[in-house]
Amino acid sequence: MEFTIDWYFLIEKLLLISAVLGISLVVAMYSTWGERKVAAWIQDRRGPNRAGPFGLLQPLADGGKLFFKEEIIPAQANRFLFVLGPSLAMFTACLTSAVIPWGDSLTIAGREVSLQIADINIGVLWIMAVVGMGVYGIMIGGWASNNKFSLLAACRGASQVISYELPMGLALIALFMLSGSLSLKDIVEQQRDGLWFVVLQPIGFLIFLICAFAECNRTPFDLPEAENELNGGYHLEYSSMKLGFYLFAEYINMFISSVLMATLYFGGYAFPYMDSLGLDGNMLTILGIVALFLKTFFFIFLFMWVRWTIPRFRYDQLMKLGWKVLIPLALLNMLITGAVVLFRQNGFNF
Amino acid sequence: MQSLTNRATPVDRRPMTFAEKLYLPAIAKGMGITLKHLFKKKATVNYPEETRPFSPVFRGLHILNRDEEGRERCTACGLCAVACPAEAITMEAAERLPGEEHLYREEKYAARYEINMLRCIFCGFCEEACPKQAVYMSETFAPANYQRKGFIYGKDDMLIPHPQKQIKENNQ
Repeated sequence: MEFTIDWYFLIEKLLLISAVLGISLVVAMYSTWGERKVAAWIQDRRGPNRAGPFGLLQPLADGGKLFFKEEIIPAQANRFLFVLGPSLAMFTACLTSAVIPWGDSLTIAGREVSLQIADINIGVLWIMAVVGMGVYGIMIGGWASNNKFSLLAACRGASQVISYELPMGLALIALFMLSGSLSLKDIVEQQRDGLWFVVLQPIGFLIFLICAFAECNRTPFDLPEAENELNGGYHLEYSSMKLGFYLFAEYINMFISSVLMATLYFGGYAFPYMDSLGLDGNMLTILGIVALFLKTFFFIFLFMWVRWTIPRFRYDQLMKLGWKVLIPLALLNMLITGAVVLFRQNGFNF
Repeated sequence: MQSLTNRATPVDRRPMTFAEKLYLPAIAKGMGITLKHLFKKKATVNYPEETRPFSPVFRGLHILNRDEEGRERCTACGLCAVACPAEAITMEAAERLPGEEHLYREEKYAARYEINMLRCIFCGFCEEACPKQAVYMSETFAPANYQRKGFIYGKDDMLIPHPQKQIKENNQ
């Protein structure tokens, strides 16, 4: 049997991976700027406006500052794990972007190029798995610092992430009952023809949204950030760019979960009446990408908006919400969805 | 207990209704409030570019005035230093030499005139004490410096520019 390598395919995927990585990094970078701007606007201030026009060079200045700060590894820390922690956080944050369909396919020089790095049929499972791995970044960071407080904080952070992954998964199961597929591309294509899933699964979306906030350690679940009352979090002993990596990973996570929410519940790159516009393939794809990014930016804004509105939970309240409210609610949602799907399949149309 | 104002309201201690326990309406209300703030006029003044106007009675940094012909008004009488409650002003007097009549108004002038801005409490007594209307307080304020000695303002910091020289320089 002849064995050939499809070089075009490899190059195409490599380019796509670099583009997706680059875009996520740039979006995360400018989310830090956006966060500060939104915070300022909500508090009747102006926000960064000194570095470059509208303070647009502020993320670069912040990055430069972080790089030049003194890097401290505590004497009793496990040096290997101490470095591994933030790298892992960053790595897992970047990994999830692989299965997201960033748009329909483009036709370049007769080749159809799919704007999804890997259209695997277990797309969402992959995301849940990688997000689960994100716990290691938190836990290892807290453990390696050899500081009791950061270890406690790491336990807090890890148990928070694990607790909220359950209702998130349950909410998604209800979604899969409707879609019948775990592939994100399939899910988007179904929303292209039919209704957006947020209409069919409003409670599921709400649960997913709350869990996404908790998974990203964003307000009101930002206990790792509670420096005054909880001694900071798992990154208590971190300084310089290693701390920067942890914080930056949070912003990448925020971007990815915004894309995910747009994809799963708001039609991804599909927008209403897109097929009746009479545009050709490439143009439609580009418009689709724009639509996806608009939805994503709205969710990123939502993340920030909530952060400057709602105060953070006490830890026991946070756990109570996760286990006693969200999980039963998600189970109930699943039950009802399952019943409706079953009735439909058996010919009861109501 | 007697209430201090007529605005006091009793605390509502009724148990929360189901809608209140959901918290979602309250969250939506809060988010509405913050969203409104997004479009409000900003209270910030862009400081170095814009400055807030001071009231005319504001007492800022001192200036040493000149007369119409550009001669220094100060005669180093020392009344400002005596009036100064913080003892921030020091000066040394010198006698005007022949040929210096265009520089100094009277026979005596301040060869050295210093105000320590770290001691100064900007009370304005120096301004009031001056019989020659030589020292005034301007509407600029808050100097910044890296060293304490930078806050000791000498004559070259406070003397207002020579009016005729200034005109000449501007015409050039």
